[in-house]
Amino acid sequence: MPSQWESAARLVRRTGFGATGAQVDAAVQMGTAHYVSSMLAADPGADRGAKATPMPRFPAINYGDKGAARDKTAKKALNKQRGEQLKAMTAWWLRRMIAVEQPFGEKLTFCWHNHFATSAKKVKDPGLMLGQNTKLRTLGRGDFHTLAYGMLTDAAMLRWLDGQQNTSKAPNENLAREFMELFTLGHGDAYTEADVREGARALTGWRANLDGTTAFRANLHDNGSKTVLGVTGNLDAASFCNAALAVPGAARYLATRMWGQLVSDTPPSAAVLDRLVSAYAAKRDVSAMLAAMFTAPEFDAAHGSIVVTPVEWLVGVVRALRVPVKTDGDAIQLIRVLMGLGQIPFYPPSVAGWPSGQAWLSTAAVDLRLQTATALASAGDLSALDGSAPSRVDAVAHLLGIGSWSARSSAVLRAAASDPKRLVALAVNTPEYLTN
Amino acid sequence: MDTISRRRFLIASGVTGGAALVAGSAAVTWSQLHESAASAPLAAGDPVLVVLTLYGGNDGLNTVIPYTDSAYHGTRPELAYAPGEVLHLDDKLGLNPAMKGFATLWQSKQLAIVRGVGYPKPDHSHFRSMDIWQTASPAAPVKTGWIGRWLDATGDDPVRAVNLGSVLPPLAVGAKTTAAALNVGKATPLPAQVTAALAGLGKDDPSDGATDAMVCAAFRAERKVAATFDKVLSGRQAAGSGSDDLTAQLDVVAKCVKAGVPTKVYAVSLDGFDTHAGEKATQQALLGDLDSALSGFLADMAKDARGRGVTVLVYSEFGRRVTANASQGTDHGTAGPVFLAGVPVKGGFYGDQPSLTDLDNGDLKSNVDFRAVYGELVHKVLGGDPHQVLDSVPHELGFINA
Repeated sequence: MPSQWESAARLVRRTGFGATGAQVDAAVQMGTAHYVSSMLAADPGADRGAKATPMPRFPAINYGDKGAARDKTAKKALNKQRGEQLKAMTAWWLRRMIAVEQPFGEKLTFCWHNHFATSAKKVKDPGLMLGQNTKLRTLGRGDFHTLAYGMLTDAAMLRWLDGQQNTSKAPNENLAREFMELFTLGHGDAYTEADVREGARALTGWRANLDGTTAFRANLHDNGSKTVLGVTGNLDAASFCNAALAVPGAARYLATRMWGQLVSDTPPSAAVLDRLVSAYAAKRDVSAMLAAMFTAPEFDAAHGSIVVTPVEWLVGVVRALRVPVKTDGDAIQLIRVLMGLGQIPFYPPSVAGWPSGQAWLSTAAVDLRLQTATALASAGDLSALDGSAPSRVDAVAHLLGIGSWSARSSAVLRAAASDPKRLVALAVNTPEYLTN
Repeated sequence: MDTISRRRFLIASGVTGGAALVAGSAAVTWSQLHESAASAPLAAGDPVLVVLTLYGGNDGLNTVIPYTDSAYHGTRPELAYAPGEVLHLDDKLGLNPAMKGFATLWQSKQLAIVRGVGYPKPDHSHFRSMDIWQTASPAAPVKTGWIGRWLDATGDDPVRAVNLGSVLPPLAVGAKTTAAALNVGKATPLPAQVTAALAGLGKDDPSDGATDAMVCAAFRAERKVAATFDKVLSGRQAAGSGSDDLTAQLDVVAKCVKAGVPTKVYAVSLDGFDTHAGEKATQQALLGDLDSALSGFLADMAKDARGRGVTVLVYSEFGRRVTANASQGTDHGTAGPVFLAGVPVKGGFYGDQPSLTDLDNGDLKSNVDFRAVYGELVHKVLGGDPHQVLDSVPHELGFINA
């Protein structure tokens, strides 16, 4: 049985980016049930750290007349401006993740970003990406229907999955397929190729405006009768969304994917899944599902069941060591590390999001994490390790929110205890810290 | 499609190292390379496989183009290449105009084109289809890749297969052994005290769960990889290239092969082939990148005794629909061509060109099971038993010289 502190540490780490001993102490004092309910009830925008890192607003880039030929210099300047904005956007989110006092709001937003994975690589417009980011943050803990429909008609999503090109005369299947396969139902028997083709027809007519809003253009919509997932009629985006979420397996699919991101690479047992689905229920209440997940005995049962992702790892180390990240320039240094590790926010590799588990454990990643940790340990605040060398092994566990070290890691850390910087660099590279 | 590439974003944003761009190439001398090759170096001519994955679903019909087929021109008028534009291979098929290096390889009989490659019951999902290609298991999802199972069947040395880039693709993951990975950018060796500690962290502990054990295995593999590659690749400059730059990836492969590193398989990749809209210019640019990177690499390899053992496999998760959509792109399709290139390859066509009129719900019908390609590579290039790697082993096509 894990101790109460270990259980709280697991909860804090899985619902945030790493942890600190102080955060875990606070969660223990509060009681984990109360910690979960207050975390789910909190407004992510009201967090003091969030207020200190306001989302940037970018002046629209004037691309001029689409038809008019632009000279090379002007085009270059616009591309440079866009590159700068995309850089500032990515740096901002990283700084926000580092700055927030209660990290759950950003962690959940990042999970939804991975679920509805959209890449700035194709969308290119920071305004659209930030518009989607705001929706993920504000709609991500209410009813799933609102979030899913919000994504189906989101400007960045329309551009990412070619919804822009989807018209009655020329249906483009991309968005309809991925919405069912990845966002709501999962790959398998839940839908057919015919559902994809008919679903694409239902989604025709949505266009993104330059200001980041979207609009439905009736003249571009296919008004014929379609049949999607057994529902027939002049279906549109809303009825397509309804039809998908009404499929019996939809709730299980969502619960399984969130479990995979937040708890374990091993899918939940049937009993756990039943509990998550009944909490979600007819209201499609995401917060209720998450509360059931975080308070399930199985949540606590398996230690080290998930590999920490590069973003969680890096943001966690920076938070715990209070490495100063004041400017976008500081954040760019961190983005360089994330590029090497293969996970840059706003740039998922595909609509399926980032890989997980073994994919993050390559030998190349081992090197990068050790080099990064060494640099961060030099830049960070190690005053928590001011005590005697023998006391530092326990102190670094507390600093990083680790319940206890294995005999293996303990031996390695004891040998490094005379050098606090090396001790920390190694501690954030133990199996205990790299899994959760 | 004016897609801003990840690399361009990173350069624009200053993420890539600026200093390294002007540092100049830090050449590694022959003597250094020979000195640093591992204790059991690859002998000259020992076969080596380079697996090149094109992510996104490359449009096969605009890669190996049936330029005389009226159905080709009729179904995709906006996307089709005129007969005069394509690089003729014979009187029916030609290469995309961007693939001049491939055309030269074809002339010198070092390029095999396997036509209409696919698998039973084609799946239109990128992820499932790429998963099928990488795991070689069309019937049911499995957790191991085909190279990973070859690793499992032949020992526990992680350097036998190497992925370029830190994120491991499914093909490189076995049940017991996983391919090593190299960073494509600059590599700085770890300090001695840290590497000593890493050896300690790689030890198993009785309290370990499966995930902890995976982490420890990675630590042990890292030590082995460092021992094999650090000297070969020392002094390598970052050159501002991310792991998405194919030329940079192949440059690392070339250095390792020439130095006699005992790696049998290298995995490299090129992304961006999901061309639902505005396909023609995008795909042609990507095929141009592929062509220049690969033909440069193979020309380099052909001049080296060890390099002459290199065979490159080029594949994508599926081809695309025959008929263009109205966005000047194509939606997800099925069968596509697979390329094999290098000195050991017996050039020419294999498999039959799929019909453009006898279709399966708008899609090409596959004539060749992809496991026929893998099986021959496992047998003739890796010297392994295809039955230990594949659930079904079709007849070999004979594209590797005996």
